[in-house]
Amino acid sequence: MIAPLTMWDADASLGGRKVLDGADVQVEYGQLVALVGPNGAGKSCLIKAFVGLLELDGGVARLNGDDVRTLSPRERARRVAYLPQERHIAWNLPAVEVAALGAPFLSGAEALARAHAALAEVGIDHLADRGVAEMSGGERARVLLARALATDAPLLLADEPIAGLDPDAQRLVLERLRARADSGAGVLVSLHDLTLAAAVADRIVVLDQGQVVAHAPPMEALEPDVLRRVFGLDGRWIEGPDGPLLAARRVQ
Amino acid sequence: MSRTVRLCLILGLVCVAAVAAAVLLGETSFDGAQYAQAFGDPTSGPWEVFWQVRAPRAVCALIVGACLGLAGAVMQGLLRNPLADPGVLGVSATAALGAALAIVLGGAGVAGLVEMSALAGAVVAGGLLIVAAGLMRAPEALILFGVALSSFAGAATALIFNLSPSPIAQAEVMSWLLGSVQNRSWVDVAWVAPALVVAAVFAGLSAGGLRMLTLGDETAAASGLSMGRLRVFALIAAAVATGAAVAVAGVIGFVGLAAPHLVRAAARGDAGRILAPSALAGGLMLVVADLAARLTPTDQELKLGVFTALIGAPLFALIAWRAAREWRL
Repeated sequence: MIAPLTMWDADASLGGRKVLDGADVQVEYGQLVALVGPNGAGKSCLIKAFVGLLELDGGVARLNGDDVRTLSPRERARRVAYLPQERHIAWNLPAVEVAALGAPFLSGAEALARAHAALAEVGIDHLADRGVAEMSGGERARVLLARALATDAPLLLADEPIAGLDPDAQRLVLERLRARADSGAGVLVSLHDLTLAAAVADRIVVLDQGQVVAHAPPMEALEPDVLRRVFGLDGRWIEGPDGPLLAARRVQ
Repeated sequence: MSRTVRLCLILGLVCVAAVAAAVLLGETSFDGAQYAQAFGDPTSGPWEVFWQVRAPRAVCALIVGACLGLAGAVMQGLLRNPLADPGVLGVSATAALGAALAIVLGGAGVAGLVEMSALAGAVVAGGLLIVAAGLMRAPEALILFGVALSSFAGAATALIFNLSPSPIAQAEVMSWLLGSVQNRSWVDVAWVAPALVVAAVFAGLSAGGLRMLTLGDETAAASGLSMGRLRVFALIAAAVATGAAVAVAGVIGFVGLAAPHLVRAAARGDAGRILAPSALAGGLMLVVADLAARLTPTDQELKLGVFTALIGAPLFALIAWRAAREWRL
């Protein structure tokens, strides 16, 4: 049985540089998979290939068994939600209107109801009517997460959703993504914080120069040799109050 | 009643009042008996002034302003840029080039030829932009292409001036480029009104896409909407509206830039719902500006394009200063 989110032997290049090199990834329903790797490893490109924003030179990206290139935009959006790294919002819309953009095919009232539910899910329904220009970066990130959640798609891709957020907001965003996975969705999220990735993910995909160098449960994927080779870290995992913590220093 | 419908109703009523004022007021003053004739005697002079001179001029200003306001709102939504206007992508300049060419080649004497030529220029620009939009997804790339198109069309218009053998034709082109709705008739209204309807239909079809573009190209592309098609609809709307406006009234700047900003806060920044209010605000602005230009006591009537820029630019700077913090995050 093929996993609902599957990439097989994917190659892609950007501006003459190879960004994906034979990448294989699978995400099952009910699973949260963290995608980690240094800057430029190809994490964003891998995610974009699943939503048709990056053309593969070879291999295939499948959603529920179908090649993403064969799906209409609407069918693709029905199957997968995408939360890009970019948090720029061009105009000062109220939060609820931004969240409602997650459901563009519903009637106005239904989309607003879905948007309010999604804002409540990320704990900011009380800010529903506030313009996004009057919000903090963390609040805006939550609004954009609510938009992705409002799609109600069974697969969710999030590209560095906690970058630039304070620790509390980081944990809240990851908790919400974890909750989505626990309620049956398949979630693929790219992260830089390895400790948080290990705490929240069922499996971790380690990407380096476009290649998948590990695809396993956290402790197995982020073993000392991978930490050294891929991240240049001399590290080990120690037991913390809420799970394993990475103690590491740069390899001299 | 939704916020947008309420806003449109209010703007619509103010537009009606402004058109009524533009019909009732003018350089020539009338007494009570003459007002009565204007409304009761189709053979009288006052009737002629009211319904064959002032009314078509006011309605023409309303529709041209609506075209410019609509085109401005579409452009700003499409490019996610508060500084975009019908001129920024080169549609106005290319339409002006078409008209200038027709005038210099002696087409001014043939009814509708200058207008058709201006519209053809706008359609060519629209076609080039649609091709460019297919090749380059980033709005910045489209803006740069539009700036190049605008510069080229401007240079070509200057070349026409340069090579034109007749000073009369040069003066005609210059007068036309300054923008005006003076001496426009019901024929002009009949010409520009259907273009506004066509532009409004395409703008309406693109509204969902413009709203989604608020979150950026990537989110829009993954949203499930057919963004390629919606972009084309938006460009058709902007090109038809701008082309028709330039064809009938010449080049009138500022209205397309400012009208969306006048209503943006009331429409709560929604790039889709702002379209109709922007059209109404644009129409209102031009009717009021034309009335003010007519009532300003000068030897030679002020050109509308000059007037909107002179009055509008400082006003716009004030609006921009107050609204700047809401434009971008």
